[in-house]
Amino acid sequence: MSGANVAFGVLAAVMAVSAIRVVTTKNVVHAALYLVLVLAGVAGIFILLAAEFLAIVQILVYIGAIVVLFLFGIMLTRAPIGRAPDLDNDQRAIGAVVAMFLFGVLGWILYDGFGDTQLQLRDVGRSGDVGASIFSTFVVPFEVISVLLLAALVGAVVIARRD
Amino acid sequence: MYLMQFLVLAAFLFCVGVYGVLVRKNAVLVLMSIELILNSVNINLVALGVYRGYDQAIVGQVFSLFVIAVAAAEVGIGLAIVLLIYRNRASIDLSEVDLMKG
Repeated sequence: MSGANVAFGVLAAVMAVSAIRVVTTKNVVHAALYLVLVLAGVAGIFILLAAEFLAIVQILVYIGAIVVLFLFGIMLTRAPIGRAPDLDNDQRAIGAVVAMFLFGVLGWILYDGFGDTQLQLRDVGRSGDVGASIFSTFVVPFEVISVLLLAALVGAVVIARRD
Repeated sequence: MYLMQFLVLAAFLFCVGVYGVLVRKNAVLVLMSIELILNSVNINLVALGVYRGYDQAIVGQVFSLFVIAVAAAEVGIGLAIVLLIYRNRASIDLSEVDLMKG
């Protein structure tokens, strides 16, 4: 068993447990902190897949910005920080059945399609190639994303402003 | 390493996120579950890109970057809407937001 497989196993176990804790914990702040573990695990998976630039961006944007935004949202909307009994609605059983059914179907389809496909990593994805691809092939989507971010920024200010 | 293991991990994260969206009442927790779903999509994009060779791996990474940017915009707008709901109703319980229910 290679080192990459061991690393994948550890990361996958941590991510699975943390993801389940995100959707089951009774404490909103704990959910945000477990989400940090999941996002860090995804960054580790990106490194295993030789996508280093993406791993750094994942840590910067998700853990650095989005989780902080979530914590601000929690603090601004829910004064009592602690265990809260009323975070779930009464459809827990149906939700669990739907999620497990979906996982079964997806797992079966993936096994059917990629059951014994080996993944060989040839080269590490160079950041320069990512940048060249963004600014040559995908320059129009990149500009659209820029306008989207600007619109989201202005929209968030307009929505949340007290008037 | 098998391609399958990455895809199954992504599928698991996706299903956990779907469970969270279906079951959680708190709006901030629903947004967190949506983040789980978006991350599973990113893992899929990068893994399948690596499977298709170096050039396609780069393309997969670019698309993941776009997904991350859209996720950041989505969280910003989503939390602004949640704050507005909280200011109007003093609660972010989604089962109480039923103004458009017939």
